[in-house]
Amino acid sequence: MPDSPLLIVENLVKHFPLNSSLLDLLLRREPDVVRAVDGVSFSLARGEVLAIVGESGCGKTTIARTLIGLEEETDGTILFGGQRIGTHERRLRAGLIPLEAGAVGTREQQTLPRMSLKHLRQHAQMIFQDPYESLNPRATIFEIVAEPLVVHGLLRKREERIARVKSALEDAGLRPAEDYFLRYPHELSGGQRQRVVIAGAMVLEPELLIADEPVSMLDVSIRAEILNLLKELQKKRGVGIVFITHDLGTVAYFADRLAVMYLGRIVESGPTAEVLRNPQHPYTKALLSVVPVPNPRLRRERIILQGETPNPLNLPGGCRFHPRCPVAVAACKQSDPAYIRVAEGHETACLLVQPA
Amino acid sequence: MNESWLLFKRSLSDFWRIFRRNRMGMTGAVLVLAAVMVAVIAPALSPYTPATVIRDEAGRGLTFAPPSVHGPLGTDDAGRDVWTQLVYGARISLTVGFMAGFIAMFVGSLLGILAGYFGGWLDNLLMRVTDVLLVIPDLPLMLVLVATLRQMELKVSPLTVLILVIGLLYWTSTARLVRSQVLSIKERQFVARARAIGAGHFHIIRKHILPQIMPLIVANTVLILSTAILIESGLAFLGLGDPTQPSWGTMLNFAFDRNAISNGAWWFYLPPGLAIVWVSLGCVLLGNVLEEMLNPRLMGHHLEGEARVVKTEAGRG
Repeated sequence: MPDSPLLIVENLVKHFPLNSSLLDLLLRREPDVVRAVDGVSFSLARGEVLAIVGESGCGKTTIARTLIGLEEETDGTILFGGQRIGTHERRLRAGLIPLEAGAVGTREQQTLPRMSLKHLRQHAQMIFQDPYESLNPRATIFEIVAEPLVVHGLLRKREERIARVKSALEDAGLRPAEDYFLRYPHELSGGQRQRVVIAGAMVLEPELLIADEPVSMLDVSIRAEILNLLKELQKKRGVGIVFITHDLGTVAYFADRLAVMYLGRIVESGPTAEVLRNPQHPYTKALLSVVPVPNPRLRRERIILQGETPNPLNLPGGCRFHPRCPVAVAACKQSDPAYIRVAEGHETACLLVQPA
Repeated sequence: MNESWLLFKRSLSDFWRIFRRNRMGMTGAVLVLAAVMVAVIAPALSPYTPATVIRDEAGRGLTFAPPSVHGPLGTDDAGRDVWTQLVYGARISLTVGFMAGFIAMFVGSLLGILAGYFGGWLDNLLMRVTDVLLVIPDLPLMLVLVATLRQMELKVSPLTVLILVIGLLYWTSTARLVRSQVLSIKERQFVARARAIGAGHFHIIRKHILPQIMPLIVANTVLILSTAILIESGLAFLGLGDPTQPSWGTMLNFAFDRNAISNGAWWFYLPPGLAIVWVSLGCVLLGNVLEEMLNPRLMGHHLEGEARVVKTEAGRG
């Protein structure tokens, strides 16, 4: 299936239940849940870069962790290369969760071939936010980069393994690679460490890379280098990237498509240039208005959002953005808006937007 | 394999370079090594065996002979050479202490890792067992256990019983310590990364958890050794040692029983006591220094590494 998308996410839900007290148990109250991700759908073509943008706590990282199987999704479907993945789904089949009609996907989706978590992790890799924390301080760079090969039992021959690690390090811009083999992470700078992380992710030649704010912990001067590196890898290898960030500036530079998240939902998505030029949702507009512009003559009016992000424990009714929305009307408190198509591939969830 | 050996040698020599300068650690190491040496070469240090009775010209046993009359440390109530008993006693005391210490360390680390890593009901079960063992006073429990096992006439030597009882009861503090470390390490991002790569539990424990807690385990082992030796001495002093293979504790027990103190035979009860202090002091000094040194955060800075590279390049040019 060359034309089918690499990754399809449908109505992904992840709730974190809070510890319920004994009293709650006795009264048989439903445990409180944090609705970190609450019905998110998107897809990613092969070799495409999708940026998921949003403020802290909107569920971006939870999406990343769920995609790679570090978290178990509460509900929804994830298709990778046409195959179902996800722990919930496997439990369902194992009979641990009663199968309710229409509970998860359609009957057709339930009969799709499945993929084991281990197999998925051979084809999808994740880059974590903090390069100072994501490398084992007591492992050498060679061990770190070769680890995926060891885990998956690939390239068992020593020479092959060395050659692959060498080429991965050099592709990640660490040359000459041999100089790094026997060094430890604490001997490298932040940018070098992030390159090691990227080399470790690319050593299996994955089809999907999930990058969770890969540059936010780095110095501004190094960010561009790392972004260029990712872009180059994407072009050369055709790897699809889900790029999670809170920085619209890097998105414009990097992503083919853009999805803006607010409180566990995607509020607007579409081709990057289209969304940035013609934002429809008031939240996207507010975000864009505060991106710094170098030229002081081009100052625009800034939209500063009032109030705090609502507690994801206790979401507002209707449109979840209405308490902070500068243009909210009475109807926003009543009904949760559906997605409206504004242009080719450009969708937004706002009651005030007229469909194209 | 070759590179890992090289790396091991490098880290070892780095370690030695820093350790050498630490006076407290070196003192501890010298104390412990000296005791081990004495135990190893015991037969060369004395012409007698511990059971030999020293006799005067008339053929009578020399009882309670002070050091001025016989040997370096005089004789005991039965006319046996105290120095000989002391050096041979080092063998028993150190063997029991080391074996029991290693068993305790192994059991403690294993249970600590299992409880910390897997959590859930396993953690609960293991920690409740640990709590129970922590609450029961060590010495009375061991006394009762050793005495009972002795009565059962098992086909194992009394020393083995002692080793097993100390080793299998003394792991609680290690288990707690290791568990708390594992709990914090398993939440770190490189463990999440390993999971995201697809690594299994065994791989993660072996490659990511163990290397982080190994220094802690090493330092803790040395500290446990001193406690194990002390407990062995205590049990032997109370008469639970093997009278045919006297350790330092057994010597103290004999000295106390045979009224060495009221006879003023200080050469009978002081040396074993000082020997126990010697070894446990050595272990505590060494253990504390190791604990301090093997903390990964104090290992160096990335600029230090680069400086080293520059130095080698300059050296080449």
